[in-house]
Amino acid sequence: MLRERIQASNYSFLDKLRSIDYLLILLIIAIGSISVFAIYSTEGGKFSFYTKNHIIRLSVFFSLFLLLSFVRVSTWYKNAYLFYFVGLLLLITVLFFGISASGATRWINLYFLNLQPSELMKIAVIICFARYYHRIQSSDIQSIKFLIQPIILLIIPCYLVIQQPDLGTSILIAGSGIAIIWLAGLNIKYFVYSGLLLLVSLPFAISILKPYQKSRILTFFNPDRDPLGAGYQIIQSKIAIGSGGFFGKGYLKGTQSYLEFLPEKHTDFIFTLFSEEFGFLGSIILLLLYILLIYRIINVGLVSRSFFAKLYCFGFATAIFLYVFVNIAMVLGMLPIVGAPLPIMSYGGSSLLSIMLGLSIVMSCKIYNQEQISVY
Amino acid sequence: MLNRGRNIEKGRVITRRMFILAAAKILLFAGISSRLYNLQISDREKYEILSDKNRIREWKTPPQRGIIVDNFNKVLASNDRVFQLHLILDEINDFDVTIFKIKNIIGLDQFEIKKLYKKKERLKPWDTLVVSDNLTWEQFSKINLYLHELEGTKPVLSTSRFYPYANDLVHIVGYVGDASPKDLEKPEIKENFVPGLKVGKYGIENSQEKMLIGNYGIKRYEVNASGKRISQIDYIKERQGNKVNLTIDIEIQKYAQELLKGKAGSICAMDIYTGEVVAMASSPTYDPNKFTHGINQKDWKEIKNNPLKPLINKSIAGLYSPGSTFKPLVALAALEYGILDPKKTIRCKGHKHPYELYGVKYHCWKKEGHGYMKLRNAIKQSCDIYFYEMARLLGVDKLSIIAKRYGLGTNVLGDLYNDEKKGLVPDTKWKKRALEQSWYLGETVINGIGQGYIQTTPLQLCLMTAQIANGGYKIKPHIIKDDSINYKDILNKIKLDQSNFPLHERNYLDDINVEYYQRMYHKKSNINFVLDAMFGSTNEQYGTSYKSRYDDPKYQFAGKTGTSQVRRITDLDRELDLDTDQIEYKKRDHALYVAFAPYKDPRYAISVIIEHGGSGSKAAAPLASKLIKRIIDRHKLREQFNNGNTSLA
Repeated sequence: MLRERIQASNYSFLDKLRSIDYLLILLIIAIGSISVFAIYSTEGGKFSFYTKNHIIRLSVFFSLFLLLSFVRVSTWYKNAYLFYFVGLLLLITVLFFGISASGATRWINLYFLNLQPSELMKIAVIICFARYYHRIQSSDIQSIKFLIQPIILLIIPCYLVIQQPDLGTSILIAGSGIAIIWLAGLNIKYFVYSGLLLLVSLPFAISILKPYQKSRILTFFNPDRDPLGAGYQIIQSKIAIGSGGFFGKGYLKGTQSYLEFLPEKHTDFIFTLFSEEFGFLGSIILLLLYILLIYRIINVGLVSRSFFAKLYCFGFATAIFLYVFVNIAMVLGMLPIVGAPLPIMSYGGSSLLSIMLGLSIVMSCKIYNQEQISVY
Repeated sequence: MLNRGRNIEKGRVITRRMFILAAAKILLFAGISSRLYNLQISDREKYEILSDKNRIREWKTPPQRGIIVDNFNKVLASNDRVFQLHLILDEINDFDVTIFKIKNIIGLDQFEIKKLYKKKERLKPWDTLVVSDNLTWEQFSKINLYLHELEGTKPVLSTSRFYPYANDLVHIVGYVGDASPKDLEKPEIKENFVPGLKVGKYGIENSQEKMLIGNYGIKRYEVNASGKRISQIDYIKERQGNKVNLTIDIEIQKYAQELLKGKAGSICAMDIYTGEVVAMASSPTYDPNKFTHGINQKDWKEIKNNPLKPLINKSIAGLYSPGSTFKPLVALAALEYGILDPKKTIRCKGHKHPYELYGVKYHCWKKEGHGYMKLRNAIKQSCDIYFYEMARLLGVDKLSIIAKRYGLGTNVLGDLYNDEKKGLVPDTKWKKRALEQSWYLGETVINGIGQGYIQTTPLQLCLMTAQIANGGYKIKPHIIKDDSINYKDILNKIKLDQSNFPLHERNYLDDINVEYYQRMYHKKSNINFVLDAMFGSTNEQYGTSYKSRYDDPKYQFAGKTGTSQVRRITDLDRELDLDTDQIEYKKRDHALYVAFAPYKDPRYAISVIIEHGGSGSKAAAPLASKLIKRIIDRHKLREQFNNGNTSLA
C-alpha cells in the first residue's frame, strides 16, 4: 500500500503526458469548433459580440481545463466538500446580491463574467457525492442514517435554485445527485418507491409551480393551446428542425432561425439552428460526438483505481448525458421548455466553465488513475 | 482482508450499475434519433411547407413618447407626425439596385448613400435599415407611387419629437437622438427598444426615460415565401409613455432667456417655500429640434465652437465664485456663532490703507473707502474690509458648516441632471485631504468675500437665498411637479416647528442634519437681521442695488450684488482703474445678483449671473428687477392654478 502511494506521487511529467486521454481532448475541440460556427450563424454570419465572446471564453476555459488536469485527483478528493460549500455560499449570495434579468435572479456580477453559481453547483454536487460514497462501506449504504445526509445535501441547493426561479437547472442538479446515489448501490426499491411517491404528488407539485412554468408544461402536452404565446417556441423550433431535412439547408442558410422567434437561439436553442442548417446527418454526427465524449469519460472511470474517481466519472458522464438529452429533447418538443443549455455548444460563460471544470477532473482521474485514495 | 473483499464487491456494484445506466442512455439517445428521423425525414414535407409558405413574422411598432408640460400644462415637448422610409433587408435580393432606385426617387447624394452602406454593414441580415427618418411629403408620396417596383421597401408613418419652445428650454428639457450602444445597455431602453426609436440624450428627456419611453406594440403577420404579408394574426397595441409635468412657468422662462440674449450667463427663480423651480435659464442656447434627426456638421460646429459655450447648462454646471452674494451668509454665520456684535465699528480707509494680515494686503473694492462701518451698513454697501475682519474672527470651518446647511456644496436637483456640479465649500479638512496642505488664514479672509476656493452654481445661490428668505427653513428644490408638496402644508409644518421651539434640544451650531421644512438657524433674530440688511442694500440710499429698486410694496424686493473676479487684481490694475468695457472680455469680472421678493411676505428667490458682465449692480441687478416684476405679476395665476389642481386631485 505504502509502496503504491509513493509510486503514485512519483509520476514523471512524461508519464503524465503519456496518460492523457487525447481522444477526449480532440472531442472537446471538435464540439467547441462546431459551436463557434453555430454561434457565428446565429449572428447572421457577422463576426460580432457573441461570436467574439464565445471564442474568448472557449480558449480561456480550455486552457484552464488543460492546466487543472494536472491537479492530483487526491487534491480534488480532499477539497470536494469545500467545493460544495463554496458553491452553496455563492447560491446564497445570489439570493441577496444577485443581478436579475427577465424576471429571474441567477447571476453574480464578477465584472469579467456574470457568474451563474447554479451551473457550478451541478459539478459540485457530483464531486461532493463521489467523495461521500467513496468512504462508505457497501454494507452501510442501505442504512437510512447514511442516506439522510446526501438527501439533505441535495435538497438545499435544489431549493435555492428553484427559488431563483430556475426549474431546469434544479432538475439537472437533482438528476446528477440521484445518479451517484444509484451508482453507489442503493437498493432499487428506494428508487421505485420514491418514483411512485413523485407520481402521486405530481398534481400537488404542479399547483405550487410559477404560472409561467405551469403554462410551459401544459403547452408541452398541447402546443396548439397557445400557438402565439408559450407554444410558439416549440412550434417554431420543430418547424425549423423539420424543414432542415436530411442534408439541412446549408450553413448560414437557415431561414426559420433568422426570424427572431427565439430569444435564446444562441443559448438553449442552438441545436435548433444547427439542425436546420445541417439536417439529420449533421444532427446525428453531433449526437455521436456527444456519445463518444460520454463513452470516453466512462472509460476513464473504468480504468481508475479509486472509488472516488469511478463514482465521479460515471456520475459526470451521466450528468453530461442528462444535459444533452434534456436540451435536445426540449427543442424537439419531447420535453417541456425548462431552460437547459447544451454542453459546450450553447453560449454562456458559467455553463462552459462548469463543463470544462468537470472535464478537467475527469482528466485528472485519467492521469493519476493508479492513485489510491485513503478513506480519510 | 475482509475489508478488501468488501471493496471488491463495492467496485463490482458500481460498475454493474454504470452499465445499467449506460443501457438507459443508449435507449434514450435512440429515442432522440428516431424523433429527429421523424421530424426531418418522415414529416419533412409538412414542415417545409410550414417553413416556406406559412411563416409568421413579427413586427414591433414603436411607442409614442410621453409629452412634457410646464406648470400650466403647456406642452413643452410633443410628438409630430413624420414620414420615414425603412428597408427590410432579407426581402431584398439586390441591395445595390434597390438603393439606386430609391436614390433616383427621393434624391440622395453620394455622402448619404455611403452612410447607408456603412449602416447596413453593422446590421444583421434580417434587420430593418432606416433609410430616412424624416421624408418630405413629396418624397413620401413619390415612394408610394413607385412602391410596386421596390422590393423590401416600407414607407412608415411615424412620430418624432418636437420642441415648440426650442431654444428657450433646451437646458432643462434636453433633447432626443438615436440610441447609442451605451444607451441600449440601460434596462428601461433595452426592454422597450424598437429600431429607429429615439431616446433621451440630455436633461429631463434623459433622466426621465423610464416615464417617457412607453411600451412597444407587436404585430404578427402571416407571410408568404417572398415575405409579403398575407394576413395580420395578432396586434398587441403599443402604449404611449407617461406625461412629465414640470414646475417651470414657460412665460417666465421665455422672458428670462430674452433678458440673457447676447450674453453668457444664467437666471434661476425658485419658490422659497415649495422649492419649485419656476425658471432656470442659461445663455447662450441652441435648438434641440436640430438633434432629433441627427444634427448636420455645420450646425454642430457652430454650437461647439461658440466661445460662450452654449452646450453648458450654466445654471447647474457653471461654477462661479459667489463674490459678495456670499456676504449675507458670512454675516449670518458670524452672528449665529456670536463672533461679533453687529454694532462693532470697523473703519474702511480705501486703497491707501488696506487691510493687512502677516504683511499681505487685502483691498476693498471701493477706492476711496467706506469710512466707519457697522455690520448692517457693511452688508448694504458691501464693504470688503469689514468682512475680511469678520471672516478672520469666524474661521473657515464654522463658515463652511453654515454654508453647506444653506445649500452650497451639494447637488440641488439630485441625480436629475448628470452634468450638475456640486461646487466646493472649502474647509481645513478638505484642503488637507485634496491638496495635502494646511489652511492659511489669508484664505479665510478672502473666503469671507466669496473669493478663493469657494465655487457655487447659480441654482445653489438661488436656493441659498430662498432658504434665508423663508426665515431659515430647509426646502426641497425640484423641477418635476410633486403633488405631495404644496404651499399650505409647508406653511403649517413651519408653524408647527416654530411652536415647538422650546422643545428643540439640538445644537444648531454643530454640523447637524436638518430635515425638510425644519429650521436651520440658531437664533431667529439673526436671520431677520440679515434680511433687513439685504432690504437696505436694495432700497436705501448708498445700497449697491439702489438703482434697481421698486417703491411699490407689491414688487419691492431685497437683494445682494456680487462681482466675482476671474483673475488676480494687480497693483497696476488698481492704479489704472479701467471701466468694464475697456477691459478685454475674458478678463472682465462676472456680475452676480441674488434677491427675494416681495420683501413683505416673500415668495420667490432669484439669482442672476452674467459672465464677464462687470459689476453686479450694473449688469445683473437690473435684469433681476425686470424678471421679479414679471414673476410677481404671474404669481396670482400660478397660485390659482396650483390650488385648483390640488383640489381636483
